[in-house]
Amino acid sequence: MINSAIVSWTAFEPILPEMLLVCIGLVVIVLDLFAGKHREFLPWLTVLGCITVMGMVAGQQNASAFGGMILTDSYAVFFKVICLLGVIMTALMSEHFRRTEGLLQGEYYSLMIFSAVGMLLMASAGDLMVLYLGLELMALSVYCLVGMHKGDERGGEAAMKYLLMGGFASAILLYGMSLVYGLTGTTNIAKIAELSGSGQLLHNPALLGALALMIVAFCFKVAIAPFHFWTPDVYEGAPTAITAFMSVGPKAAGFAIFGRVLISGFPQFHDQWGPLLAALALLTMGIGNITALCQQNIKRMLAYSAVAHAGYSLLGVISGTADGLSATMAYLLIYGFMNMGAFAILILLASPGNRHESLDDYKGLAKTHPLAALLMLIFMFSLTGIPPTAGFVGKFYLMKAALGAGYTMTVIGLVLFSSISAYFYLRVVRYMYMSDPQEEIEINYTAGISTVLGLALLGVVGLGLLPGSVIGQAASALLGQ
Amino acid sequence: MFTLIFFCYCAVMIIGSGLLAIIMRNPVHSLLSVLVLFFHMAGLYLMLNAEFLAAVQIIVYAGAILVLYLFVMFLVNIREELKMDRFVQSAWLSRIISIGIGFSLIAILPAFVLGEKGHWPLEAIQKATNTKALGQELYSTYILPFEIAGLILLIAVVGGLVLAKRNSSTTIEKS
Repeated sequence: MINSAIVSWTAFEPILPEMLLVCIGLVVIVLDLFAGKHREFLPWLTVLGCITVMGMVAGQQNASAFGGMILTDSYAVFFKVICLLGVIMTALMSEHFRRTEGLLQGEYYSLMIFSAVGMLLMASAGDLMVLYLGLELMALSVYCLVGMHKGDERGGEAAMKYLLMGGFASAILLYGMSLVYGLTGTTNIAKIAELSGSGQLLHNPALLGALALMIVAFCFKVAIAPFHFWTPDVYEGAPTAITAFMSVGPKAAGFAIFGRVLISGFPQFHDQWGPLLAALALLTMGIGNITALCQQNIKRMLAYSAVAHAGYSLLGVISGTADGLSATMAYLLIYGFMNMGAFAILILLASPGNRHESLDDYKGLAKTHPLAALLMLIFMFSLTGIPPTAGFVGKFYLMKAALGAGYTMTVIGLVLFSSISAYFYLRVVRYMYMSDPQEEIEINYTAGISTVLGLALLGVVGLGLLPGSVIGQAASALLGQ
Repeated sequence: MFTLIFFCYCAVMIIGSGLLAIIMRNPVHSLLSVLVLFFHMAGLYLMLNAEFLAAVQIIVYAGAILVLYLFVMFLVNIREELKMDRFVQSAWLSRIISIGIGFSLIAILPAFVLGEKGHWPLEAIQKATNTKALGQELYSTYILPFEIAGLILLIAVVGGLVLAKRNSSTTIEKS
């Protein structure tokens, strides 16, 4: 049974972008040691590296490597681009964040890069083992990033909570995976689909139980109610730049494995997981939006809004079709832009010693800083889903997909809860434009944060006015599978 | 017959010491029960003809990791317990939910049927020897997961350093 080594260097070609990213992460650690006071270039190195990797990812051929463990189809490419965009924007913001909060060593950027490696692996995982290892790679780096805040007790507690809950979720995921492996004898997702659809495994309760366990773990990772309890505390306790990062990158990667496992791995079980997830999506939208209503801290409000938006994004997965999944993918991209924008404003307003996270700090912002207020207005409109912003387009396609699959109740829920969400998003706008300023907040636009704001604005307005290209790209991603 | 008794003994011990590890209040006691757990896991591996895994289980887990844990435990000297707020306030609600989940997980087990066997039957492994077969698979078929696992260890080291550095610098500031 022993065959001579079959690993050759050409086999590594499909994961070259990931390997490059690992190298950049290592270089950042080493440079941090020797750079001394010139550490300012580390974020730029991160950004440059991520842009290079993004170019490599975009140019990849549709291939499968390592015996189907890695798939570089356009589905993976789309999610990889979202995750890398998240890393790029966070790195750009972090430069500003460092000035006001004064922590962030080089390890900060390298941990972020390593978590990006995990996300890329998750996006292109064709095997449960790679999927799990990618997930752990991402999660472990993010736990550390959450706890990095110097002398902030909220950060330490948030990291601890996230680590413990994440550990439980991983254990549940592993138990589900081990059952699937036992029942099918394989960890390859495509093969699982083949075997689970055939005769005796089709309605096997053990396989259903395993699937349920895996869904629970995925729901935890993307913060779907009732597994969202960690989200507000962790999002509030983490450094703001990391909160922005978590709500875009890891969430998109979570949805990538969600879609891959459910739609490629268990398509025959759609009758079971479809209605279940529809109910969870409804619950998530409800809990997220209604709890956000009574938040006075804007960071916490955005945390609950992240929960609600996870619920919206789930709608596309529920429909179980290529159209639905492409709507989810497009929505995650749009959400990435608008959420990054909103968090960039949050970071912009923060000053040393006072984070200005309370709603009252936004009173009269339009009079003191009209540009920041205008940008916040656009992002809040987009988060609510008001046309012509991208948020509207994203929600429109999600509703279309869910209606097409017959989940009318969930769509009604989405419309209802979106209109509830208008209250707390537009309350920020009202405070900014219709109240008098309380205290002078100093703002200085650094290069990094201006770039993020520009990118986010471009994304929100551009995708709102010209939605066709992205939706088309996302749809072709699935056809090319 | 003997294997069945041995399996049952190991299974009961694993569940029992696993429970003890959670229940014990003294961290050293729970670590010791984890040690017992690891030895019985090694026993299970032996029963499955996986001598290499059994040896690794004892040398790496019991020998290295747990001892390291004990060192940390004695060095750090935890005085106060970490307390976190419950996410769900009612204790009864959580008890009912967890018992329900436990029952449903047990209830699905009778439906379990063993899937396809892999391409390493017992004879082939015995012919090639356990360690060699494992190495062959690990460094060819599973080279990618293996490398990712290595990367995860690197992150654990970097992350541990970052978090520890933070603690020491804050204590210096305080003093």
